[in-house]
Amino acid sequence: MEHRGLGWPRLPRLLELLAALAVQAVRASAIAAASPDLSLWPMPLSVQTTPRVLHLSPDNFFFGHSSTSKAGPSCSLLQEAFRRYYDYIFGFYKWHHGSADLRVGVELQQLQVSVVLDPECDTFPKISSDESYTLLVKGPVASLTANRVWGVLRGLETFSQLIYQDFYGTFTVNESNIVDSPRFPHRGILIDTSRHFLSIKSIFKTLDAMAFNKFNVLHWHIVDDPSFPYQSITFPGLSEKGSYSSSHVYTPNDVRMVIEYARLRGIRIVPEFDSPGHTQSWGAGQKDLLTPCYNGKDPSGAFGPINPIWNTTYSFLSKFFKEISTVFPDEFIHLGGDEVDFDCWASNPEIQDFMRDKGFGRNFKKLESFYMQVVLDMISAINKSSIVWQEVFDDASKLTPGTVIQVWKVEDYTREQSKVTEAGFPVILSAPWYLDWISYGQDWKKYYAVDPLSFEGSQEQKKLVIGGEACLWGEYVDATNLTPRLWPRASAVGERLWSHKDVRGLEDAYRRLTIHRCRMLRRGIAAEPVFTGYCDHEDRM
Amino acid sequence: MALWPWPQYIQTSEQRYTIFPHTFQFQYHVSSAAQVGCSVLDEAFQRYRDLLFGSVSFHFPQPMGKRHMSEKNSLVILVVTPGCDQFPSLESVENCLETFSQLVWRSPEGTFYINKTEIEDFPRFPHRGLLLDTSRHYLPLASILDTLDVMAYNKFNVFHWHLVDDSSFPYESFTFPNLTKKGSYNPATHIYTAQDVKEVIEYARLRGIRVLAEFDTPGHTLSWGPGVPGLLTPCYSGSHPSGTFGPVNPALNNTYEFMSTFFLEISSVFPDFYLHLGGDEVDFTCWKSNPDIQAFMKKKGFGEDFKKLESFYIQTLLDIVSAYGKGYVVWQEVFDNKVKVQPDTVIQVWREEMPVRYTKEMELVTSAGFRALLSAPWYLNHITYGPDWKNIYMVEPLAFEGSPEQKALVIGGEACMWGEYVDSTNLVPRLWPRAGAVAERLWSNKMLTNLDFAYKRLAHFRCELLRYAGHGQVGG
Repeated sequence: MEHRGLGWPRLPRLLELLAALAVQAVRASAIAAASPDLSLWPMPLSVQTTPRVLHLSPDNFFFGHSSTSKAGPSCSLLQEAFRRYYDYIFGFYKWHHGSADLRVGVELQQLQVSVVLDPECDTFPKISSDESYTLLVKGPVASLTANRVWGVLRGLETFSQLIYQDFYGTFTVNESNIVDSPRFPHRGILIDTSRHFLSIKSIFKTLDAMAFNKFNVLHWHIVDDPSFPYQSITFPGLSEKGSYSSSHVYTPNDVRMVIEYARLRGIRIVPEFDSPGHTQSWGAGQKDLLTPCYNGKDPSGAFGPINPIWNTTYSFLSKFFKEISTVFPDEFIHLGGDEVDFDCWASNPEIQDFMRDKGFGRNFKKLESFYMQVVLDMISAINKSSIVWQEVFDDASKLTPGTVIQVWKVEDYTREQSKVTEAGFPVILSAPWYLDWISYGQDWKKYYAVDPLSFEGSQEQKKLVIGGEACLWGEYVDATNLTPRLWPRASAVGERLWSHKDVRGLEDAYRRLTIHRCRMLRRGIAAEPVFTGYCDHEDRM
Repeated sequence: MALWPWPQYIQTSEQRYTIFPHTFQFQYHVSSAAQVGCSVLDEAFQRYRDLLFGSVSFHFPQPMGKRHMSEKNSLVILVVTPGCDQFPSLESVENCLETFSQLVWRSPEGTFYINKTEIEDFPRFPHRGLLLDTSRHYLPLASILDTLDVMAYNKFNVFHWHLVDDSSFPYESFTFPNLTKKGSYNPATHIYTAQDVKEVIEYARLRGIRVLAEFDTPGHTLSWGPGVPGLLTPCYSGSHPSGTFGPVNPALNNTYEFMSTFFLEISSVFPDFYLHLGGDEVDFTCWKSNPDIQAFMKKKGFGEDFKKLESFYIQTLLDIVSAYGKGYVVWQEVFDNKVKVQPDTVIQVWREEMPVRYTKEMELVTSAGFRALLSAPWYLNHITYGPDWKNIYMVEPLAFEGSPEQKALVIGGEACMWGEYVDSTNLVPRLWPRAGAVAERLWSNKMLTNLDFAYKRLAHFRCELLRYAGHGQVGG
């Protein structure tokens, strides 16, 4: 039995059912008292279950392709998913061999998968990918139908969450009808591999957990001031001199593995190469890139942001981003552009001259914009689109239409959302979801309560919010504490971004989240506790 | 140098010696009171060889030609006071092997070196503890043992085991087996058997760590109820029982019979002289609502003052435990509520602001002549963003108004890791290296307050802990 943390007196079954129904949202149908162990996370758009149960036998059950499906056994993405989900469902019990004679009841023998349109099996997921699916669970063959393989992946996760073991250990599922699709298409997690290196293994674990929560973007903030772990083929000196050590490096092969591991889970990798600020580590391996700071007439020995006035800067960046655009298949590259400290630029006489020549006066935001515009154009020229932090918008750069603005500053962020969308740019919301800002107690509740569309604006404006990202900056995070710090707190963000806006009830969310947390634990994710209580399978980790 | 905690007196020099793992050994001095066969030290020698060199086989040094002058091939231990098979007590000899292992370093080529060093070390406070809560969340035995290992690296010497509480009762009692059968989260998997408990006590002993067991009453006892019907007070809604229960029922003789038998078992299972009897956060509402208790209050002449009822219970309990030859530690409420306790009671100060600021509480406790343990500023379960180890480190336990005699009554402190939000998924990174800040504050000289010096060593020590296969959370 999962959690008994709240110490509520137990309600009789019928009352429990009515309570559950009362708590449910208007559009999302209630899960009739299928089982107190049942937890769907995130809550699908529409769920109908009946009390009729079906039983599954690990020896008999299998995933199959329907004869009319546009995808078949040659779709390795689906084959791999079938293998994974079989393990998640039956994993620990695989060794209960021998056919237990199924009790009275209908057997569920197969989940038949049907992809309706061109599956996109061997492509990379995109912002426009269709993740919708319908799941009809009835015996002896259940069906999972989706337009593309991405919907199948989401549906398999939901299917695996429907299955539970009854008192006798029999794998059970209730007849159900689920129709599901995400509220927002961009549902991301940001990891920071510069403040602390994260091993490939821990990145893989994170991708696994993301799939359990239907996240679909890993925003890889790969380099920053402290270290440069990205091994560039064009400029190998960058990581040679800029990484913490030669073992704190992501080789091209590492990067390929991460991209493919993510792809198999329907997750996009959006790399961020933040500039012109946050670039101290670039200077170690690339001479004459960063601005030399001055103490009066003499260089002080310190360096500042990337130097925006040298041609060599732009020829370097051009070559660099050309490589990035070939290494990372996603349509978007994140260019950063946040927290540029103007002091060093202001101290540099060459830059002072440049400012005068350009007529920028003392307004260094104009210099920053000048730089960002060149880089944004560079990205467009190689047929990619850009995401930037909000400063790039705030400091009035002329932005290519379609540039996505990531809103991260907490103060007055709803007003920022209004301004950005009013100017016609898409928004990714992160401001209320900085998960590195830990505090004592159940802070998942405040992440859950956020409404990404609660800003002043028209319907058109609201449509420009493409989603959000939970950020786990790395100053105090490495592989020793990444997983418990991210999960299950990020799960709250996951449901907020996937589920219908009316799915907000904290009590039901608490119940489902504690069960979901135990499920993640069973699947090898060291998600920390929500509150007092226990999981059945704690020491499986 | 990753010396943590910093020794009382240390003199190093540039002169260094090589150490060859194959021939290095720990040895007993001929006049040592402890010799081969002293299991605590024999085990420790083995452990530290592994930690230092990995599992390298030992070869007796062959008589070769000239031995290299700069090679050190043994650390000789001289123990003055015998006490090998005993349990650590307040006056135990501390283990210097950890300090020695922190002095050994490796060159980039991998050679082991140690600099010529002279260290004289002793702890500032004799009670340096860590509290773990295994009731809010069960902690597997391995987690507890791993914690004991890291405690030893930090020179902590008391494991305060808050075994049971409202949420669950994992301690398997042989006199009252229903306590775990009915009160644990899962009696098959989420319990500590007698064997488990023995293992913890012995594992701790080999590391010079005392196990201070806490069975908190009369509050924090909801999980005791299912296994011992009639133990807890039934709460009333008007004239009828509401169905819920409150603290232990102090008005029944059965209660004291139960406690008598139960604590006889506890006294025999846990060898330390002290038991922690809790006594914190007793909610009077339920007692107030119960007519039998109201009658009892009247009979005893307590009026409306439930603190008197609480005192009555605790005093009876303390007498029971004293009769078993045990001393006790209690939370500060027992002192605040003016319960009559034995003069050698230890009061644990845990409340930061109420009823008074904790520094004031320390003053009050010690001026009344009781020994005090400080925990209030060291609640490690209270996490915040950033390098909070600094605040933890800068606490000065004796920064209160009082005479030197009073200050001498502060026997130390404890870092507390309450379990509402903590289990084996996040215990280690939440505990370490932050608890290290408490460890140094309790061991080292009070003049050690330079944060830069501490940061350098703590960051290095954290990496060492990782190497020891613990997992320390970053210091920033």
